Amino acid sequence: MIEVKNINKTFDDKQILFDVSATFETGKTNLIIGQSGSGKTVLMKSIVGLLRPDSGEILYDGRDVMRMDSKEIHNLRKEIGMLFQGSALFDSETVLGNVMFPLSMFTKMSVGEMRDRALFCLERVNLKGADAKYPSEISGGMQKRVAIARAIALNPKYLFCDEPNSGLDPRTSILIDELLHDITHEYNMTTIINTHDMNSVLGIGENIIFLNKGHREWVGDKDKIFETTNEALNDFVFATKLFKEVKQYIISEKHGK
Amino acid sequence: MAITNSIAIFGRYCMFMHRVFSLPDKWRLFFKRTVAEISKLGVDSIPLVVIVSIFIGAVITIQMEINTSSPLIPAYSVGLATRDIVLLEFSNSILCLILAGKVGSNIASEIGTMRVTEQIDALEIMGVNSACFLVLPKVVAFVLFIPVLVIFCMGTAMLGGMAVAYFTDIISISKFTYGLQALFSEWYVWYGIIKSFFFAYIIASVAAFFGYHVKGGALEVGKASTNAVVTSSILILLFDVLLTKMLLQ
Repeated sequence: MIEVKNINKTFDDKQILFDVSATFETGKTNLIIGQSGSGKTVLMKSIVGLLRPDSGEILYDGRDVMRMDSKEIHNLRKEIGMLFQGSALFDSETVLGNVMFPLSMFTKMSVGEMRDRALFCLERVNLKGADAKYPSEISGGMQKRVAIARAIALNPKYLFCDEPNSGLDPRTSILIDELLHDITHEYNMTTIINTHDMNSVLGIGENIIFLNKGHREWVGDKDKIFETTNEALNDFVFATKLFKEVKQYIISEKHGK
Repeated sequence: MAITNSIAIFGRYCMFMHRVFSLPDKWRLFFKRTVAEISKLGVDSIPLVVIVSIFIGAVITIQMEINTSSPLIPAYSVGLATRDIVLLEFSNSILCLILAGKVGSNIASEIGTMRVTEQIDALEIMGVNSACFLVLPKVVAFVLFIPVLVIFCMGTAMLGGMAVAYFTDIISISKFTYGLQALFSEWYVWYGIIKSFFFAYIIASVAAFFGYHVKGGALEVGKASTNAVVTSSILILLFDVLLTKMLLQ
């Protein structure tokens, strides 16, 4: 479980996060949603340590990151996997090389063992047979799956995904969502996903935190989101006519009409 | 303001180099990457060094012959002057200015692109010291390989001069080769190699610094690459003066 308490973050004179507190549960897909510029990425980068908050606490299973020395942070990062918006695969390495990279850095496995583990991870993300290709030779969806395979190679306790569906077609997006959901449950990870994809919200939102202009405005899950009276959240989630109709339909079904 | 900025940049450079010169997480990977960088930054530069050196050697020979054509100056002095110019200045300072363009821009754009595509963030998240992992092999590889490039440069520049003597009638080959050997000081070769170590370090570390600290997108990567080449060229010229004063006087 990851807890953030009263996180504030300012860039120059502009405050991005205002006293944000949230709990991200283990074995669930935790979603941070909000409009562009609402502070989702800043919050996620603060949690993983790429940005240092001005104040607040970040607790990984009770361990406060803000009070850790560099060696403790170094060790903590070995428990973290991250999927970046643009995949962030190493261009100079093949798909297999990318997945083997964390294994070669942090384990004492033989080359054969690393290869087996990397191939297993690639198979888990349904990417059998692409191991010899370079990132530039595969599609965006495949790149995301390689990045997921790399992120889970070391069996991380915490998985962070920044906009995993950006730039993907709806069908591939759903596949990525399902994959993240399945992996989270299979490995009992604490998974945090930044997204503004409504299919993801309604599909895998087991714990949803809604950020609006740097404030945490709402917490709930994909079922509760249909009943919310929060105006900003309603405007954000049910912005399109289709989603408004879906909401009406689901509410009327629930009330037996 | 400019002075304050320069001091701030120098401070950031020092902190960056402190991170670069840490112990590698995995020595096996460090050696593997260093060998790959020797190939990419060093061996791949040999054709450029050879081509530039041959032509510059030839041009120096022609110009020396034109400017020293006097009955009071012995003919072999063309070879002697060509040799000394190549050993003292061309094979190290001028060569490194040329390499600052090729190798410096390569390093800055490669690391800058890794920064803007979040590959460096990915390394950091994994708990890898990205500065050490990415930059140390480049610095070590280029500093280790630079003497090879300098020696190639010395040899091929003199071959360029000999080619002029052989294919034209402006000076006889025997007088030119006699000039190449006359009053030879071995120290000039060492002087060139010693200077090149400093220049190689400047090229690799300055380019890596600018690339590593890119913020933004492709436009900023281009700017970082240009800044890296300009800054390292100025530093090479500055250190050229200082090292010449220290090593030759």
